Amino acid sequence: MMTKKRNSLIVVGAALALVLPFIVSNPAHQNYLILVLMFAQIGVAWNILGGYVGQVSLGHVAFFGIGAYTSTALLISVGLSPWIGMLIGGIVAAVFGVMIGWICFRFKGHYFTMATIAVAEIIQVLFTNWEGVGGAVGLYVPMDRQGWGVMVFNSKLPYYYIALGLLCVTLLGNWAIEKSFLGYYFRAIKDEPEAARSLGVSLTAYKLVAIAISSFFTAMGGSFYAQKELFIDPGSVLVTSLSVKMSLVTILGGVGSLFGPLVGSTLLTGIEEATRQFFGGSGMGIDLIIYASIIIIVAIYYPAGVLGWIKHLLRRDAKTEGGA
Amino acid sequence: MNRLLVVDNLSKRFGGIIANEDISFHLEAGQIVGLIGPNGAGKTTLFNCIAGFYPPSEGTIRFMGNDITGMGSPMMAHLGIARTFQIVRSFGSMTVLENVMVGAMLRNKSVSVARERANDELEFCGLSARANVAASNLTVAEQRRLEVARALATEPHLLLLDETMAGLTPSEVQEAVRLVKDIQKRGIACLIVEHVMEGIMPIADHMIVLDYGRKIAEGTPAQISRDPVVLAAYLGE
Repeated sequence: MMTKKRNSLIVVGAALALVLPFIVSNPAHQNYLILVLMFAQIGVAWNILGGYVGQVSLGHVAFFGIGAYTSTALLISVGLSPWIGMLIGGIVAAVFGVMIGWICFRFKGHYFTMATIAVAEIIQVLFTNWEGVGGAVGLYVPMDRQGWGVMVFNSKLPYYYIALGLLCVTLLGNWAIEKSFLGYYFRAIKDEPEAARSLGVSLTAYKLVAIAISSFFTAMGGSFYAQKELFIDPGSVLVTSLSVKMSLVTILGGVGSLFGPLVGSTLLTGIEEATRQFFGGSGMGIDLIIYASIIIIVAIYYPAGVLGWIKHLLRRDAKTEGGA
Repeated sequence: MNRLLVVDNLSKRFGGIIANEDISFHLEAGQIVGLIGPNGAGKTTLFNCIAGFYPPSEGTIRFMGNDITGMGSPMMAHLGIARTFQIVRSFGSMTVLENVMVGAMLRNKSVSVARERANDELEFCGLSARANVAASNLTVAEQRRLEVARALATEPHLLLLDETMAGLTPSEVQEAVRLVKDIQKRGIACLIVEHVMEGIMPIADHMIVLDYGRKIAEGTPAQISRDPVVLAAYLGE
């Protein structure tokens, strides 16, 4: 019954998502919707490693940046379509992720997290000083051509649908993992690593599988971001705060759940935009104070995230109905 | 003689502490071997060396004719050695059935095949009625059975049981004894570390007694229970 309810909710949600930009015609609001979808997508990607396997990475922005830089550099230098650049960026990030994982998975728990921060910082410094990809100045996506082939548009609408498509692809990927033996192995590794080992699960091998998939999808989000903003530099696609946001949307929405990051992204991006409108400019840091308060409340009262809390409420309702 | 597991001159030191010294024994296919000894005798260390959790400092471990000394536990599982944990380690976010499915996936990665295999093992261990309960909601006795079911799902030749009967009521111990006998009937050998004597004495084909890291005696349960060296170790001089 629960799955039936969930399926109908997915159908309604998908239908709503398809017509939403026609209801919301203000470009600023459309931009907000695109951001929600984009952060949901990278949250879902982050969730594969951070949520299912429980390896909390705060260096995922490195994969995001690699995606953005790969597709943009290929577009500028050889005119390669960002659609292909996006896939190549994903593969480059996955290979990089396996290399990083091979080293960083030697560290356990918090030490793993700290190592990932260090890696992301190194990558940021590297790109800032790499003149071949624009150094500190960054790269502009050429705008002389427009349309689907080069993923450059005047209106927000196409970006919205691309972000929605990317999110759906990433969700589908996650769903397939969840249903396969990988999903079971990932959860086993998170719950009881020693028990998983005793059942023949090689921790390093499966963590590497997780980081490869996770960084692949994160990089795709990076390529999309570059096409949407038409400009990237280390300060926008390689900043630590972006890594934090990827993890926050997931933790807030529900770690290790399929739709958690979507819920988290809707709330967090909403808070960000609302505080920006109220307090102007960059939000004067108020959004961050609200962020922090919400995270603290969620961590204390609802460690399963907002989605976990909603599920809990639904179950309680179902119980009281059954009892009455 | 069909020797399944052969341990030769095994020693394990942690820094200056000698946990196991020069231990040799063997276990035949389908046999139940009990490993007993007072607290701190080195039973768990020996168990963990065989299970691949620690590499031995010296000596060799051979399984089905292959040298497996120093191999990690995932490899041991592949070769056919499964274990349970003294402090139960069930996967807390999963149901009982899903826990066992993770074990079954060692031999077949198909989720539906693993589900079938897992259901069979739950049936075998008397946990069918609890299949869809969260693993964390089981009683201690049920959690121990779950560990056994999960280990059996990997289709082992040798099952290592670490104090499976500790903390159980007398009737639960009897159920556990029956379960171990049923496991033996399937042709699976068991090496059992146990404190509960009424649990291990009636079923063991062979007993090994450790004290201060050394093997002080071995033989049938009847021989062991009359051995003055063993009695001295347990009761003090």
